[in-house]
Amino acid sequence: MNYLQEIGKYFLMLKLVFRKPQRARVFKEALTREIEELGIKSIGIIAFISFFIGGVIALQTALNLNNPLIPKSLIGFAAKRSIILEFAPTFCSIILAGKVGSYITSSIGTMRVTEQIDALEVMGINSLNYLVLPKIIATVLFYPFLITLGMVLGIFGGWVAGTLTGLFSGTDYIEGLQTDFDPYLIQYSIIKTLVFAFIIATVPSFHGYYVKGGSLEVGKASTQSVVWTTVLIVITNYLLTQMLLT
Amino acid sequence: MIEVKSLHKGFNGNEILKGISAKFETGKTNLIIGQSGSGKTVFLKSLIGLHTPEKGTIEFDGRVNIEMDSDERRQLRQEIGMVFQGSALFDSQTVEENVMFPLKMFTKQPDKEMLERANFVLKRVDLVGSNKKYVAELSGGMQKRVAIARAIVMNPKYLFCDEPNSGLDPQTAILIDNLIKEITEEYQITTIINTHDMNSVMEIGEKIIFLKNGKKAWEGSKEEIFKTDNEAVVNFVYSSNLFKKVREAYLNKTN
Repeated sequence: MNYLQEIGKYFLMLKLVFRKPQRARVFKEALTREIEELGIKSIGIIAFISFFIGGVIALQTALNLNNPLIPKSLIGFAAKRSIILEFAPTFCSIILAGKVGSYITSSIGTMRVTEQIDALEVMGINSLNYLVLPKIIATVLFYPFLITLGMVLGIFGGWVAGTLTGLFSGTDYIEGLQTDFDPYLIQYSIIKTLVFAFIIATVPSFHGYYVKGGSLEVGKASTQSVVWTTVLIVITNYLLTQMLLT
Repeated sequence: MIEVKSLHKGFNGNEILKGISAKFETGKTNLIIGQSGSGKTVFLKSLIGLHTPEKGTIEFDGRVNIEMDSDERRQLRQEIGMVFQGSALFDSQTVEENVMFPLKMFTKQPDKEMLERANFVLKRVDLVGSNKKYVAELSGGMQKRVAIARAIVMNPKYLFCDEPNSGLDPQTAILIDNLIKEITEEYQITTIINTHDMNSVMEIGEKIIFLKNGKKAWEGSKEEIFKTDNEAVVNFVYSSNLFKKVREAYLNKTN
């Protein structure tokens, strides 16, 4: 029953978030700030993890395909499919849920417990619209670029790993990348990213906005928000995969 | 003037405000005092619209809260300035940005005019030269001054302060009290201050309302509070030896 109440409260929150911003200029400033905080500042971690995980995927595939009858190009093919279909959109989104989700919950939660949200409300400002809408727009606009970067660097990481270890040649790897390339997979990946971006912006905002108590509760809410965002990403990933690929 | 009639508010079946009625006059510093848990903050938050009262009305210069539509309510909120207990300044913004924030949200003034207004109010609260500092770089007293500057930047008709001098040293606390009193008189604002600082009561209490267990137990001026024999007020206000002696001295002088 409590879960149902929370779900209802989440959708009521969204109703208040999706209103016309009170001042376009203030909204643009907030949007620019959020793109920087939630997007640009995440480039480093996504680039780092994508490159190395891409390398590991390629190495693991190569090490498990030691049958001489199987062509080496299959390594590039398998790495490409794994990275585009799952690693980049889902794994990177889970990383972002941890990094960005905890940031969103703690920043909004701190504003709640230090009465900054009350101050906005007293001024007659729709605090949900002012605080959450720029975050949603920023993540939905920026994360497709971030995930695309993850795909490119993941695939590149696989190529680097192969050529450095000598487990497979760059030519074989590139041949595998070009084999049976289906552009719909990119589309599928971007659709998933857009949904995950929305979850990453709204679920932590919900946990932060409705936090009660002090700094300890803000910390607990941050943990809760990362857990719930991850759970929702995993469930939505399953549903979207079934809807879009079967 | 703000007139409150029979205000009731509770949470989860627990009644906090039990029918409070009071009048707060324009150009005067109205103080609400009472022990922790007496309902002061809930009362103040009900007045500014952060809590919705269950019963009773609040009249702002003839405008009754329950009869207002959403536009009137929005308009009223722009006439309200609030100084929160912990200042509630936006810590991601500088002093100047904090003070200019309401102007950016509600006026279409050019940047230059907004900056001039911000500088004017910052000068009024005696905080010149701190425009580019962030909240974390300010002392408690300076933060309170910025909060007051932000609260008055839109020329409010009503100013609410929730324990404005809590956590401040006695000297800074008196400075903040006097600043609020001066601003109230200068701009003819209806000011309501929540406090349990007896120095504030003696210093600026033009009208004092004493709350006990969610009810108004006493009201009067700072002169009257010396003479009252209301047991609850006497026990609360004169709980320290210092104030007992101050009271005795006052009564000896006047008798």
